[in-house]
Amino acid sequence: MNFQDLLLMQHELLLTLAALVVLCVEIFSPENNKRMVVPLAVFSMLLIAAVSFFFPTSGKAFGDMYQSDTLRGAMKSVLDIATLIVFLQSYGWVNKEENRNKISEFFIIIFSSLIGMNFMISSGDFLMLYLGLELATIPIAALAAFDRYKMKSAEAGIKLILSSALSTAILLYGLSMIYATTGSIYFDEVRAAFKPDALSVLGMIFFITGMGFKMSLVPFHLWTADVYEGSPIAVTSYLSVVSKGAAAFIFTFVLYTVFPIASEIWLQVLVVLSIVTMTIGNLFAIRQGNMKRFLAFSSIAQAGFLLLGILGQGQLGMGTVIFFLLVYVFTNLAAFSVVAAISDATGKEDMTDYNGLYKTNPNLSLMLMLALFSLAGIPPVAGFFGKLFLFSAMASKGYYIVLFIAVINATISLYYYLLPVRAMFINKSDNPIEHFKSNIYLKIGLGISVVGILLTGVFSIVYEYLISVSAGL
Amino acid sequence: MEHIPLQYFLILSTLMFFIGVAGFIIRRNLITILMSVELMLNSVNINFVAINRYLYPDQMQGHFFSLFIVAIAAAEASVAIALIINIYRRFDTIEVTEVKEMKY
Repeated sequence: MNFQDLLLMQHELLLTLAALVVLCVEIFSPENNKRMVVPLAVFSMLLIAAVSFFFPTSGKAFGDMYQSDTLRGAMKSVLDIATLIVFLQSYGWVNKEENRNKISEFFIIIFSSLIGMNFMISSGDFLMLYLGLELATIPIAALAAFDRYKMKSAEAGIKLILSSALSTAILLYGLSMIYATTGSIYFDEVRAAFKPDALSVLGMIFFITGMGFKMSLVPFHLWTADVYEGSPIAVTSYLSVVSKGAAAFIFTFVLYTVFPIASEIWLQVLVVLSIVTMTIGNLFAIRQGNMKRFLAFSSIAQAGFLLLGILGQGQLGMGTVIFFLLVYVFTNLAAFSVVAAISDATGKEDMTDYNGLYKTNPNLSLMLMLALFSLAGIPPVAGFFGKLFLFSAMASKGYYIVLFIAVINATISLYYYLLPVRAMFINKSDNPIEHFKSNIYLKIGLGISVVGILLTGVFSIVYEYLISVSAGL
Repeated sequence: MEHIPLQYFLILSTLMFFIGVAGFIIRRNLITILMSVELMLNSVNINFVAINRYLYPDQMQGHFFSLFIVAIAAAEASVAIALIINIYRRFDTIEVTEVKEMKY
């Protein structure tokens, strides 16, 4: 253990530094002048993303508890981009009158939760995974209740912390069973000692259950819609993209690297979970009127599609999962940014409020349409390629019945993704939302998302890079 | 210590875990729900410590894991209690049946 080993954790250390800098600015700046906090946070996030992308590290530290390689580095970069866009889109909301005295808190808490996710991604044993998971989840629960004078926000916070505590307890109980049978908590040693006997498999199922809560797969999804609706939009988008993406990555990674011997069993579990998740998520999304709730159920359905990629197994499975997550980051954040812009300007969040939006705000309408097309998977945009690769990865392993159900679900999803499009472009409204100008930060964020939606699918280099870093799984 | 078989500890921890699960589902008071979660986490602690002591006495992983669980559980409880206080200020109650702004 020397200084060189410590620098393996450059990404986490830089994030810690950024959180501390924001904290110092909060302390030393005058009470009513916190203007520089948002540019500072955005700039440091950009810097961290650039440093960790251009200077990747690789190696192991702390007795293999912390591991870093190009695959994990790629996933961290995806999360960096997502957090950057979340920061940009939150500008209008954190600068509102009621939030102005707690601007820095938002960024500090997001930074610390991102540190947790990075440790979770880099974990080499179950203890590190658990610590990262908790460090990622507990701050988000505080953020969900950020608008603490709103009843809905308070309710969202308590629902998130209690359901995540329950899921963590279940996950830990599973880990204690795995420890009992294998005698270790390190990924490598568990992999070597793991035998698919009854107790180990039960432990594995508990682990899948606990991670299923975090990813909001269907039997464990009941908290999702309420928390997404009650939280402020910036927190909702962070929760639906970054938090879910990190959990999905480490879930896939652990299944592939720790439990390959029991793959027959978890593949069956995943088949059932993905079918149920896609179907329930889609069917419930149809009847939602609130845009945040609508996007919550859509994100549940997307998690179901994500599981299909895990069925692809090995290098192909991991590569498509990360690619889908990258596409999902751009797509979902574009949709949330438009919802956030409209909510910041008018406070309206219902789908019926969007009637006639195209007449008054054509640019926002077009961007929301693009994002929804990408979520539905309509060809020229990235969402299509994400789904295509997932489906082909799964079909290459011979899951034709699941593929059939997935295609039916994709068709159902097309229906409800077009509902807001119809509201904006076709429905008439007597008093539509008036024309308004968004701030420059949100415009930049939306711009990044739209460029991502248009280009990630077409430039195959992205997909090839992600496949190449997943080699050896 | 040696004459208490491992099974006793495991039975105790399993009972504790499922009492916790039942409490989480049945109870209507937010503080009691939080206590149920703590019960579940403590049953995991018993599991780790007992398994480590009886099955793998030459290493320490289980002991340290349970120490970390205790610390994290404290952090989690502090945030949860802060949120419960916030709920009490907004709703004037901590009964979950009353906290129903969002449904369906």
